Amino acid sequence: MPEKVLVLVGTKKGAFIAESDGKRGSWKLRGPFCEHWPMNHVVGDAATGAIYGAGGNEWFGPAVWKSNDLGETWTHSSDGLAYEAGEEPIKAVWSLARRNGSLYAGVQPAGLFRSDDDGATWSHIEGLQNHPSRKDWNPGGAGLILHSIVTHPRDEEQIWVGISSAGVFYTWDGGKTWEPRNRGTRADFLPEGQNYPEFGQCVHCLVMAPGRPDRLYQQNHCGMYRSDDGGKNWQSIEKGLPSTFGFPAATHPRDADTLFLLPLNGDSAGRYVPDAKAAVWKTKDAGATWLDERKGLPQEDCYAGVLRQAMATDSLEPAGVYFGTSGGSLFASANEGENWSEIARHLPTILSVEAMVVSG
Amino acid sequence: MPNDTASSLSLVVARLPGVLIDLFPGAPRRVELPASTVKEMIDGLDALWPGMRDRMCDSRPAIRRHMNVFVDGEKATLKTRLAPGTEVFILTAISGG
Repeated sequence: MPEKVLVLVGTKKGAFIAESDGKRGSWKLRGPFCEHWPMNHVVGDAATGAIYGAGGNEWFGPAVWKSNDLGETWTHSSDGLAYEAGEEPIKAVWSLARRNGSLYAGVQPAGLFRSDDDGATWSHIEGLQNHPSRKDWNPGGAGLILHSIVTHPRDEEQIWVGISSAGVFYTWDGGKTWEPRNRGTRADFLPEGQNYPEFGQCVHCLVMAPGRPDRLYQQNHCGMYRSDDGGKNWQSIEKGLPSTFGFPAATHPRDADTLFLLPLNGDSAGRYVPDAKAAVWKTKDAGATWLDERKGLPQEDCYAGVLRQAMATDSLEPAGVYFGTSGGSLFASANEGENWSEIARHLPTILSVEAMVVSG
Repeated sequence: MPNDTASSLSLVVARLPGVLIDLFPGAPRRVELPASTVKEMIDGLDALWPGMRDRMCDSRPAIRRHMNVFVDGEKATLKTRLAPGTEVFILTAISGG
């Protein structure tokens, strides 16, 4: 059966879907969906075709949206998506991860929830909030957000999360117990001599290499890193990149050594692409060397940024790579970054990009 | 819509904003239901359209910061008492960007 590629786009004003056949040469845009809510993360489950959206609306609060018909109709729920009475209420859902029959949601202020009924009801994974460091977590620029959820492909008890700016935390018992895993990652914003704390780093995006659960990559506020031991130790892989700052990271669907980053010019320099020229930086050797892929991308007067969840790959061969900008442009490459084209423009600020391949 | 004899003595009228009913297909802009406080009224709305409470209230619990509930021209809280026949206006605050 022919394949259909859906690029799921979360924006400041609703969700959108760009759709193509498996060739990925021609795209059609649908949306906006989800009643124009800010949608921080829209993900798809290729096994079922379901689409889930993590949202937070200034009027109506947090909710997870769901579509079972590729975006034609949507429902929403926040049943159980709440902290105890008296605590600071949840403002928004920031991240989603699907693992077998379970759905995980990361929220602001930082916490993790789980649904075992396809997003209809939610339960709080309280262990993370009970970590002794919780009282010392400080918000990053976007708030105290749990933006990255990484599940283990074979062991549902193991989960890694990324929190800005508390760092990476890991559980080995399904969320009852957590430990920080930030050794080797810098916090340049702390006083000299205190730049390698146990927690408090500003991780921007955390991803797992395909087929290698021990290998994690992260884009941090202060550098790019790889871990080959499940996050116990991190090594800098920023040599050869144009800056130490950026937001998103995307792994290849099959090659654990290939990673895509989109460095920006620095945290206090506007957070644009370096020299106002857009490029995706790709490594094929786990970060030892980097190649800038820019064919088809704007190379003049490009003052765009790309946010933490706004880059993704698809599962086809060769892999498609996608990213969306703060200025509302959506770019796609059907050949692992070698050539690019703009497949949508003038969208609201793009907050997230994910890809899903389904039977046509 | 609840309309039994026992509750008819304390019916109030909830006036809902369009952007809220957009989230609950089939919900009308004007709802009559029994309640003696704003909290009871919102609980009643949630019974009719599950999930509506979460859109109006947070977990403190309180009316959401950018939602306004007016009773007799005054901004209300969940504890505000409602006399029979009171018209309660639920409005979204000015916010956006």
